[in-house]
Amino acid sequence: MNLSILWERSYAVSDTSSTALFTHKAELVSTIVHPAKRLDDALAYALSACVEKEACPMLISGCEAELSPPAEALCETKRGKIIAAPDLDATLREGFAEQCDQAGIRLIHEGLRDHLGGIDIGITWANWGIAETGTLVIDSTREEIRLASMISEIHVVLLPVDRIVGGADEIADALETAMRDPYNYTAFITGASRTADIERVLALGVHGPLELHVLLLGDD
Amino acid sequence: MQRSTTLKGYRKDVGVALKNEFLRKAMDNFAVAYRASRENAFRELDSERLIQDVAELKDRGIDQMEALLDQFIAVATSKGVHVHLAKDSQQANEIIATIAAESGAKRVIKSKSMTAEETLLNPYLEIKGLDVTETDLGEWIIQLRGEGPSHMVMPAIHLSRYQVADLFTDVTGAQQSNDIEKLVKVARRELRQKFVDADVGISGANFAIAETGTIGLTTNEGNARLVTTLPKTHIALIGLEKLVPTIREALAINRVLPRNATGQAITSYVTWITGPAPWGGEADGRKALHIVFLDNGRRALAKDRDFSQVLRCVRCGACANVCPIYRMIGGHQYGHIYIGAIGLILTYFFHGRAKARNLVQNCINCGACKAVCAAGIDLPSLIKAVHEKILGEEGHPLTNTLLNRVLRSRKLFHGLLRSTQLTQRPVTTSDGYLRHLPMIFAKEHRFRALPSIAEKPFRDRWATIAPSVAKPRFKVALFSGCVQDFVYPEHLEAATRVMAEEGVALAFPMDQSCCGLPVQMMGESKAARDVAIQNVLAMAAERYDYIVTLCASCASHLKKGYPKLLADHPSLADKAERFADKVLPFSSFMVDVLALSSANYTGDGEAVTYHAPCHLCRGLGIREAPRALIDLSGHRYAPASEEETCCGFGGTYSSKFPRISAEILETKLKDFQATGAERLVTECPGCLMQLRGGIKQRGIEMEVLHMAELLERRRK
Repeated sequence: MNLSILWERSYAVSDTSSTALFTHKAELVSTIVHPAKRLDDALAYALSACVEKEACPMLISGCEAELSPPAEALCETKRGKIIAAPDLDATLREGFAEQCDQAGIRLIHEGLRDHLGGIDIGITWANWGIAETGTLVIDSTREEIRLASMISEIHVVLLPVDRIVGGADEIADALETAMRDPYNYTAFITGASRTADIERVLALGVHGPLELHVLLLGDD
Repeated sequence: MQRSTTLKGYRKDVGVALKNEFLRKAMDNFAVAYRASRENAFRELDSERLIQDVAELKDRGIDQMEALLDQFIAVATSKGVHVHLAKDSQQANEIIATIAAESGAKRVIKSKSMTAEETLLNPYLEIKGLDVTETDLGEWIIQLRGEGPSHMVMPAIHLSRYQVADLFTDVTGAQQSNDIEKLVKVARRELRQKFVDADVGISGANFAIAETGTIGLTTNEGNARLVTTLPKTHIALIGLEKLVPTIREALAINRVLPRNATGQAITSYVTWITGPAPWGGEADGRKALHIVFLDNGRRALAKDRDFSQVLRCVRCGACANVCPIYRMIGGHQYGHIYIGAIGLILTYFFHGRAKARNLVQNCINCGACKAVCAAGIDLPSLIKAVHEKILGEEGHPLTNTLLNRVLRSRKLFHGLLRSTQLTQRPVTTSDGYLRHLPMIFAKEHRFRALPSIAEKPFRDRWATIAPSVAKPRFKVALFSGCVQDFVYPEHLEAATRVMAEEGVALAFPMDQSCCGLPVQMMGESKAARDVAIQNVLAMAAERYDYIVTLCASCASHLKKGYPKLLADHPSLADKAERFADKVLPFSSFMVDVLALSSANYTGDGEAVTYHAPCHLCRGLGIREAPRALIDLSGHRYAPASEEETCCGFGGTYSSKFPRISAEILETKLKDFQATGAERLVTECPGCLMQLRGGIKQRGIEMEVLHMAELLERRRK
C-alpha cells in the first residue's frame, strides 16, 4: 500500500467509539497510547522518548549481567542513541534529523542490518488499527520496516484514527489484495514482545521491542 | 517424553512425577489461573458459536485437503516459493537437511514448531553437522536441557526459575541471578547473536492459505519474525491440516486460538508471509523461501470417517490445561511428543501404537477437554476409540474378555455380584466398608475405603417397598445402574419415597442391567452395544413419561451414548433416540419437571457443599438443578472452589491408576473442607464411593450424601 497518501491528508476525527475501544484494548496489553494532533507532535514525542530513555534499557534488568563472549561483543556494537524511521517522508525526515542531531541522537532510515545489536527507537506507520484486540497492522514487506519494528527497544507507531476498524474481518479483503502480490510480509502487532515461559511470569521485551507506543493521529 | 514400553513402567514414571513438588505446585496454579483467564478472554464473545465455526471450517478444509494443497502449491510456486511435500518425518527431515546443505548453511535458528518436534528435526540436523538453536525462550531452555516440551504452548512449564538460572549460568559461563526479568534479558541478548550468525531460519506455521500461498505464524516473543527475516533462507515446516482456503478462515481461527491457548485476545505478533520477501543481506536481495508440507499420516486421516476430526486441532494446548491428570503428572508423562488429550490420540497416528498403548489408558473420561476444545473435537470418545483400535490390533486382555462375557448376560453378572456379597461378609465392617481389600489390590489402592456389596440389592427390595400412588402426576421408570442397585440401594429407596410423595408413579423394570459405560471405557464397544440393546428393550420407554436415574454417569451414557451406539441398528435406532429423550437425572427431574416446592421441606439453612459429577455438569450440561435442590430442601448451598473438577474416580480408571486417582481426590477434599460445610452432596454413586471412601480413610468430619438422601431427611 502506498503510504505517501497518508502524509498529505488532514487527519479527520473518525468514529470515536472504535478509537476508544482500540485504546482500551491496546492499553490492556501494556501498549502506551497517546493522541497526537499533527505529525510534528508525534515526532516530537518520539524524540523526547528517546532523550528520556536510558541508553540501554537492558540496564533495568541486567545489562550488568555477563554474557558469553560473542553475545557480549554484539551488545558492545551498540554505541550512542539511534532512531530509525524507514518510511518517513524525505522532506519531513530532514527537519526531524536536525532535531535529533541537536539532541545528540542519530536518525537513520536504512541500513538497519548494521545495527542488529539494537536501536533505541523505531518509528513506523500502521496501515490499520484493529479495535477488538488493540492490534496494529503494518505492511512490513520492506526489510527496513520489519527491522525497525523488531530490533528497536521502543517501537513508536503512527496510526491515523480513521484507519481504525472494529475487527480484523473488516480488512480481510484489503489483506487478501496485498497477499495476492508476488511477495508481501504483513505484521499484526499487539503490545510489546512478551513471554511467560519461565514460571508463567509475564516478562516484556524478549526478542522484540520492550515497549510499544501508539500515536493516534487526528485524535483530540 | 513418555517412552515406557509396559503399563507397569508407565505407572512407575507417573509415580515419580507425582512426587515432583515443584511440578505439582506449578500445575495447580496454572490449572486455576488458566480457567479464569480463558473465561475473561471469551467474556464479550459467544465462545460456543466461535468454536462451532472453527469446527465447521476445519472440517471443510479437511474434506478439501488435496485441492487446497494443489492450489497452494500452484500459487506459491508461481511466486517463486519452493514447495515440498514430505510423506513422513524422515522425508521431511531429509528435505530440510538437503536445503540447508545446498545453501551451504552451518548455523540454523528455529522458532517454535510442534511439527518439527513431531519429526524430531533438531537431532536429525545435528547429526548432519548443523548447529541448531531454538529461539523461543521455553524451547531454548528445554533444548539446552536435552528435553522435550511438557506443554504445546509453554514447553518449559515444568521448570523453576532456579533451574533456568543454573542453566543460563552454564551457558554464559557467568553467574546469573534468579530474577525472571533478568533471565529473559539474558536470553534476549544471547540469542540475538545467534540470529545474526544464522544461515537458515526454520519456522512452523499456524496457517497455510491456499488462495494466496501465504503462511501465518502466531507468536508472542517476536522470535519468529527474526527467524523469518534475518537469514537468507527460510524453511517453514507445516502439517497439511494447517491448510485453509482464504485469509478469512485463518482470521476466524485466530479469534479462538490465542484466547483458548493463553487467555490472550491475540498474540503479540501474527505474521503473514507471502512469497520471498526482500532480503537486505545483499543488494536487491530476496529471501529463499521453502515450504515443506508434512503428511505423516494426515492424508489418510483426512479420509478416515471416525478420526478425521483429529485434524481440526489448532494446537492451543487447552485440552492439557484443564485435564485433571495432566495437572497431576505434567506433560512429560502425559504424551509422547504431542501432549494432553489430543496428544494421546495423535501419538497413535504420528508415532505409532507402541508409544500410544499405555498413554491412551490414562484418560479418566471427565470431559473437561471436550468442553474447552477450540475446534469442538470429541476428545474423550476419540481416546477410547484409539484404545479400542489398539486392542483390536493387539488382542483384548483377559480381564476385558471376561467382563465382556459377564456383562452381556444380566443373570450371570448379577449372580456374580450376589456371590461376591456372600464371600465378602467376613471382611465387612459394621458400617458397610471392606475391612481389608482383596489381595489383588496393592497398597496404593488404600487411599480410600471401599464399600461392601449390600446384603439385599434394590431389585430384591422393590416388591416390598414399591409405593402405590393414586392419580399420579407422572409415570416414571427407575434406572438403577449397578452401583446403586447392589452397593447403595438406600439411595434408590430414598428417591422412591421422595418421588412417590410428589405424586410420581414408579416402576422398576427387572430386566435392566449395567448401563455398559464400564465396558465402553475399557474400549469394548461391541459389548457396550449389546448391553445398550438389552436396556432399551427392558426399559420399554413408551410406557413411561420419564426414565429417571440417580447415577449421573448412567444418565449421560443412556442419553448421549445410546443413540450413538445404536445409530446404525436396523430396528432400534429410533427407539434408542426416543428412549434417550426420556432419560433424566434425579435433580433435573425434581427441579425442572416436578418443580419441587420448598414448602414441603424443613431446614435450618445448614451449609451443604456440592460435588458436580463430570457426567452431570459437562456430560449433560446440568449445573443449576442440584444447587437449587440443596437450597429448596432447607439447606444453604456452599460452593466449593473447582466444584466441577473430576473427583478422580472414573470407574475402572481409579483401579488402573490408583495413585493419580488418590492425588486428584486429595485436592478435591481440601476444597470441600475449605467451605466449612459438614455435609457434602453429589449425584453419582461412583463419585460418592470415591469421596466417602476418601473421607473415611482420612477421618475427616464430613458426611457424604446422595441428593436423594439429602432430600429425604428434610421432607416434612
